[in-house]
Amino acid sequence: MMGFASAQPILRTADEYEEMSVKLLYFAWVRERIGKPDEVVEPPASVRTVADLVAWLTQRGDEYAHAFENPKVIRAAIDRSHVRPDAALAGAREIAFFPPMTGG
Amino acid sequence: MRTIRLQREDFDAGAEQANLARGRTDIGAVVCFTGVCRGDGISAMTLEHYPEMAEAEIARHVDEAERRWPLLGVTVIHRFGRLVPGDNIVLVATASAHRGDAFAAAEFLMDYLKTRAPFWKREERGGDTTWVDARGDDDAAVERWKRRADAAE
Repeated sequence: MMGFASAQPILRTADEYEEMSVKLLYFAWVRERIGKPDEVVEPPASVRTVADLVAWLTQRGDEYAHAFENPKVIRAAIDRSHVRPDAALAGAREIAFFPPMTGG
Repeated sequence: MRTIRLQREDFDAGAEQANLARGRTDIGAVVCFTGVCRGDGISAMTLEHYPEMAEAEIARHVDEAERRWPLLGVTVIHRFGRLVPGDNIVLVATASAHRGDAFAAAEFLMDYLKTRAPFWKREERGGDTTWVDARGDDDAAVERWKRRADAAE
């Protein structure tokens, strides 16, 4: 029996441990509240969707909590395309957060 | 012919419109819309944007407009940076054989630019600067194009 407990971690796939390094971009008042235009972060593997990432960022400090205090108004893009909060982060290189757009 | 430009400098709407139809005899209609910075109590506005995505997003909507209407030319120019009342902000020009397609495509592109292109306006009013809130009727303007697409399916 002794083999099982010690062998268990080996059964996990490599990417469960692999941290994802991703560039984040912030615009308009999201940028102002967070206090920087961009950064590179390495969220844990448990952060799988855009909504997970917002929740994880919110824990990082008051400036993030302020920027994301009303997640419903935050818009997101993965690799320069609009996405919904349930979008998967797998393979994303650049994720942007911003308020509703007011161009035109 | 397709032209998409994001620029700080002003544009000449007349010249852009003329470029679209120059040398062509298949074009029967050119619609040219210019959005202008309105006074409305503000002294200036600054447009922030996400350059790489703005270009990609506008191109996607031009693709969509070309799928929906038989267009012979499209020009979209969006300015960024600080603008004062009276300054040009955006230009959408469409060319087609018949006016209905050119009008519809120009309106479609403007409605999508307002709500989907990654630009954000910050207004200077007195000594204050404030981010402009998104307008519900801009979202409603986009919704009606979705309903038309659904009806067409």
